[in-house]
Amino acid sequence: MLKYILKRVLYMVLTLWIVITITFFLIHAIPGNPLASLARNLPPQVRANYYAKYGLDKSVPQQYVMFLKNLFHGDLGESLKFPGRSVTDIISEHAPISARLGIQAILIGVIVGIVLGIIAGFKRNRWPDHLVMFVAILGVCLPSFVLAALLQYILSVKIELFPTAGWGTGKYTVLPTIALCFGSIATYARYMRSSVLDVINQDYILTAKAKGISNFSLIWKHVIRNAIIPAITILPPQIAGIFGGSFVIESIFAIPGLGSNLVDAVNNRDYTVIMGLTIFYCALYIISLLVVDILYGVVDPRVRVSEDTTE
Amino acid sequence: MNRILEVKNLAVSFHTYAGEVKAVRGVNFYLDRGEALALVGESGCGKTVTAKSLMRLNPIPPAEIKEGSSIKYNGKEVLDMSKEEIRAFRGAEVGMIFQDPMTSLNPTMKIGDQIAESLITHMNLNKKDALDKAVQMLERVDIPKPEERINSYPHEFSGGMRQRVMIAIALACNPRILIADEPTTALDVTIQAQVLELLKELQSEMNTSIILVTHDLGVVANFADRIHVMYAGKIVEKGTTREIFYEGEHPYTWALLSSVPDLYEENRKKLYSLAGTPPDLLLPLDGCPFASRCRYCMQICKEKMPPKTELSESHSVSCWLKHPSAPKVEKPHILRRDV
Repeated sequence: MLKYILKRVLYMVLTLWIVITITFFLIHAIPGNPLASLARNLPPQVRANYYAKYGLDKSVPQQYVMFLKNLFHGDLGESLKFPGRSVTDIISEHAPISARLGIQAILIGVIVGIVLGIIAGFKRNRWPDHLVMFVAILGVCLPSFVLAALLQYILSVKIELFPTAGWGTGKYTVLPTIALCFGSIATYARYMRSSVLDVINQDYILTAKAKGISNFSLIWKHVIRNAIIPAITILPPQIAGIFGGSFVIESIFAIPGLGSNLVDAVNNRDYTVIMGLTIFYCALYIISLLVVDILYGVVDPRVRVSEDTTE
Repeated sequence: MNRILEVKNLAVSFHTYAGEVKAVRGVNFYLDRGEALALVGESGCGKTVTAKSLMRLNPIPPAEIKEGSSIKYNGKEVLDMSKEEIRAFRGAEVGMIFQDPMTSLNPTMKIGDQIAESLITHMNLNKKDALDKAVQMLERVDIPKPEERINSYPHEFSGGMRQRVMIAIALACNPRILIADEPTTALDVTIQAQVLELLKELQSEMNTSIILVTHDLGVVANFADRIHVMYAGKIVEKGTTREIFYEGEHPYTWALLSSVPDLYEENRKKLYSLAGTPPDLLLPLDGCPFASRCRYCMQICKEKMPPKTELSESHSVSCWLKHPSAPKVEKPHILRRDV
């Protein structure tokens, strides 16, 4: 198992390096640079010094090598737009906010989605199924920003149940969390439903029925445990979707999270911040992939990694 | 009372988009204590549906057990049992083994737990005692190192071993009836013999009655006490194993017997196979269902269902050839040698 994880970590580093390289050259390919507006009115000598300070006077490949060297020492550099603020500071300051929102959204999205999907699967073609599938279609079709605006209008402007925007107590997290997780709920409900229907028709369910066990045991031990395996597969894309959704949702609700920082950084061509946040998001995603793979082994004994087959 | 199961006029239909498929159309049979009964017929003749109906395992809907059907277990009507009663009946009174051992075990559950499950439900055992009993069961079905194997998962077993585990599951609570639905079809021939031998052994040891569902007459020859030949949802011929093999009278029985490969056959001809397909059970059947494939077919066969003719106390056949005014026909040559 240890060997397996080590191998996976090695692959993760490789993936990360590829992502870094592609992102680096892509953002440098965009015309303009972050210092242009500030440096426009400076005398040529000062401007040159200014560029040199950030290494922007060197060629792109040289900058790339420099960036990797710094990265290796754990230094992500400082913001070009806001001198004095290091990228690690930005991450440590804003990541917890995004993390809270993201974790809430993923947990609620996955759990509610799975429960709804199971209900729909068992009540196939009856009203609970139709209701869940209606909500699910809505969730798949409705973009999160539309839902966000609707929620703001109904639940905070009309009924004044929750604050419209901003960040503070738990109350502030309710609307953005709903807006963010609705898509996951929809996807999971649909996925779980078909998975449950697939499992109910398996031979081993007949075997279990022929044993005369209670309905609860049948559903819990035989149906859900097996139906949940394919649902784990779509967890990483859901996590990625929630990362992506958070960029938009954080802007709409004026939440000072990482997502809105990244959007601002891209608009400002703030190279160091873009790189730093990209690496951060990418690392998170890769780690979540590893966690999901390990989770797979926990749920499904057939994919459990054995000690002697990993070499 | 020696009669443990009595099935009367069992009719099962499936409601599909195309219409009502009458899969089982009035089946009567009984089962005595400690006896092995075989239901034989080709794919789609309703034998599996019949077997599943005994435990009410056909999903309703789309399946429907028709009005007038009766399945009596020890005098009690199975079709009238409440949900709790049927749950207590399944597993405890009747156990079932299915055709494909590769898919009949839960892939995410340990073997031991799968056996222990019904013991915990029906025998009120705690988990530890149930697992101890599971070890004993695995030992009885000849799984080596049962103490270790209860912690294995199904994918760590071969097909033959999985079928043994299925037998252990089905017999764990010492049921009075074991229904084996094509238990050897998915196994290769050497394993088939082992599994059948094991079933036979356990049957006499536990005095269980067995209903064996199969399409292979070769399988039942040394196994069953009585054989019922099914065709298109009806039993066309009933008799003891001896009567069916040596005195079979229905042309369909002859066809089945002729298609069993014979090791001693001198002139190695091509193995007989019955031409045509069974009738579409969606359509109404007025005449004998076998008429379209029967080489002795007469005008009456296409118009009216043949009545049952009793040949002996245990032997009966539904065929117009048994009518006094029907022409006398000879059995196919290949079977005459046996007489």
